[in-house]
Amino acid sequence: MTKRSKLLLGVVVVAAALGYLIYGGIREAAVYYVTPTELKGKGASAADQSFRLGGMVVPGSLHWDPGTLQLTFRLTDGKEQVAVKHTGSPPDLFKEGTGAIVEGKYMSGNLFIASTILAKHSEEYRPPQAGQAQAKDLYRTLMKPAEERR
Amino acid sequence: MISTLGRFTLALALGIAIYGAIVSILGARRRKPALIESGRGAIFAVFGLATFAVLLMEAALVGRDFSIQYVARNGSLGTPLLYTVIAMWGALEGSILLWIWILALMSLLAVVIEGKRNREAIPYATAVLLTISAFFLFLAAFPANPFAAIFPPPADGRGPNPLLQNHPLMAIHPPCLYAGYVGWSVPYAFAMAALMTGRLGEEWIRTVRRWSIVAWGFLTVGVILGGWWSYEVLGWGGYWAWDPVENASLLPWLTGTAFLHSIMIQERRKMLKVWNLALIITTFALTIFGTFLTRSGILSSVHAFSESTIGPLFLAFIGVILLVSFGLLAYRSDGLKAEGDLDSLVSRETAFLMNNLLLLGFAFAVLLGTLFPLISEAVRGVKVSVGEPFFNKVNVPIGLVLIFLMAIGPLIAWRRASLESLRRNFSLPLLLAFLGTGVSSILGVRGLYPLLAFSLAMFAAATVIQEFARGVRARRQISGEGYLTALSNLTRRSRRRYGGLIVHLGVVLVVIGITASTVFRLEKEVSLKRGESMHLGRYQVRFDDLTAWQEAHRFVVQGTFTVLNSNRQVAEMRPSKRFYPSEQQPIGTVDVRSTPREDLYLILSSFTQDGASATLKVLIRPLVMWIWIGGAVMALGALVAIWPDRRVLAAERVKERVAWQPGRS
Repeated sequence: MTKRSKLLLGVVVVAAALGYLIYGGIREAAVYYVTPTELKGKGASAADQSFRLGGMVVPGSLHWDPGTLQLTFRLTDGKEQVAVKHTGSPPDLFKEGTGAIVEGKYMSGNLFIASTILAKHSEEYRPPQAGQAQAKDLYRTLMKPAEERR
Repeated sequence: MISTLGRFTLALALGIAIYGAIVSILGARRRKPALIESGRGAIFAVFGLATFAVLLMEAALVGRDFSIQYVARNGSLGTPLLYTVIAMWGALEGSILLWIWILALMSLLAVVIEGKRNREAIPYATAVLLTISAFFLFLAAFPANPFAAIFPPPADGRGPNPLLQNHPLMAIHPPCLYAGYVGWSVPYAFAMAALMTGRLGEEWIRTVRRWSIVAWGFLTVGVILGGWWSYEVLGWGGYWAWDPVENASLLPWLTGTAFLHSIMIQERRKMLKVWNLALIITTFALTIFGTFLTRSGILSSVHAFSESTIGPLFLAFIGVILLVSFGLLAYRSDGLKAEGDLDSLVSRETAFLMNNLLLLGFAFAVLLGTLFPLISEAVRGVKVSVGEPFFNKVNVPIGLVLIFLMAIGPLIAWRRASLESLRRNFSLPLLLAFLGTGVSSILGVRGLYPLLAFSLAMFAAATVIQEFARGVRARRQISGEGYLTALSNLTRRSRRRYGGLIVHLGVVLVVIGITASTVFRLEKEVSLKRGESMHLGRYQVRFDDLTAWQEAHRFVVQGTFTVLNSNRQVAEMRPSKRFYPSEQQPIGTVDVRSTPREDLYLILSSFTQDGASATLKVLIRPLVMWIWIGGAVMALGALVAIWPDRRVLAAERVKERVAWQPGRS
């Protein structure tokens, strides 16, 4: 075997190893993006599998307990609803009636345990509307004279 | 007024860029020095006009001229001066303007600095650079015009995106990254010039190498600063999320790094000529692709600008670049036969070859993972994404092998390495690596990858330090210099080699920082009442107070926490939430206490309206600081490598006098 063909063989082996690594990585890490309807349609076959679930937070379904940090809410696509549970604080942009994507595992019994919550951020500018409470008004009790601050 | 003047300036610059590109080619083909001179003039003119446009934009921003749409959207009366000035690169149109200016500056520097050395290549390189300028000027003059007017002008602007006015790093991260992207235009232009002229000898390599290191240095700093910005501003405690836009900046870095290594094989052994040209074309195309990802909005990302119509234009431009460049490469392939051959498999050539293969594999995996949602939707009609697990699973092992190659590459001999030389170079580092593995295992490092990462980092650091130590000792024996003088003279004697070794040392620091901050990361989230404490690692964090106040452009709610370490107060930390009038939701602002040993990272997750209790997330991330330090060391190494060498300059001046013959342009 010449040096050239030995080298070529080495290159092929390394390239094959890389290919295998990438292939295995995709097989293991691929996460399907589903809507609540699609997830429910999968039935029992979806149990214990990882998904990214996208939908709107159902108004009135959002509960957060600061003591235990348990966050529960339901996501909907207009047809079906999926209950989601998460441990931690809700992200800043997360609230009822807005879109969100959650990543995690679907458990049997229509419960989704989310490890990550991504709130959809609207880029659009909305001028403060009349009647909408300003942060200043909401947290008035926290405001103190400036000299006390530091 | 500014609007009209700005639009006119950009249109004029576009016209001049197109004119300059055409006359440069014509001048070179027909050997008309006057035309070539005119093309050179175009480079100066475009730079002048771009500078003027940037100043106009700054005048509009600082003067709060809300009749300009860009200012109305990205400036406001309440925005502080610093963030008003840097709002120029806070959104799509302005960032293209900054891009144009940096490209114009680099083109100018390239033409002036390389003008004497590369008489044949300059007109072609000028044409290529002006063509790239023309593309971006076209974007700025038409679909993404920063000077578009708005009528009637609003009384106040919206202000920059809050995330972009939350940290001064925004002032330097984007310009550095753009310089890193744009910088690759210069080596690409000279590579194209070499292909067009058919002068594929050694001259262009020198030029291309130096400019590649400049671009690479800026890109490195830009990428690391991006991680730092993400860590300080986005408030999730991490610095790299394999986000599409982050990946886009990593791709040209990977292929560019591959190029910087394989070009050495061409210099030394006259092999891999086609490969090197392909790498530089790919790297340049990836810089444009990165801009495309950031600006087209085809993939969602925290860093992406809002959707716009210029995506297809970018794709078309990338298509043209690839077609023309690889077409030329195929056309000239006869002149690109390898003159050297591989002598032995145990040699630096092999090490570099494997380095190239792995860097490209790394880049391919990143590209595939980034585009996977698009690919799977196009091919199979289902939305599938591969997130962080994919990138970690694939790229960590590749990265580990790369660190190993990084350690042996600079020390293994060209052509053929003898067993004796291998033993001499690697026995001590290998011993230290094993020792390091033992120590990290005792310190609590578990798992194959973390242990490998630490021992390989140790191995690589030991080879670099051994190399410096040997050089210094040899110099001292011959000349009797002091340690520092010997070190400085040694580095000066062979800047590129020792600059490269310094870069490798920086990489080692980054690897150690990433591994330690990932493996030993601690995290806890709790709700505390006023006066209550929580414990994490060595620290006790006590919730003292919650206050709020109105600032000119935002409303701030801030928590005060006392940090104790074995009952001794070490810091008072103040994470906060900032409410901007234009945003529906607050922006969290973290407080980070950095020490060389570890970072303590506080996030104020939420709080009750009366301030009686707050939810706090605390993270401890060891050795994070060493990632930023490693980045600085890498930049220092790049600087050492490109620093002009007085002896070489003098030698070139002599050569120039001999080679210069009147009548040959």
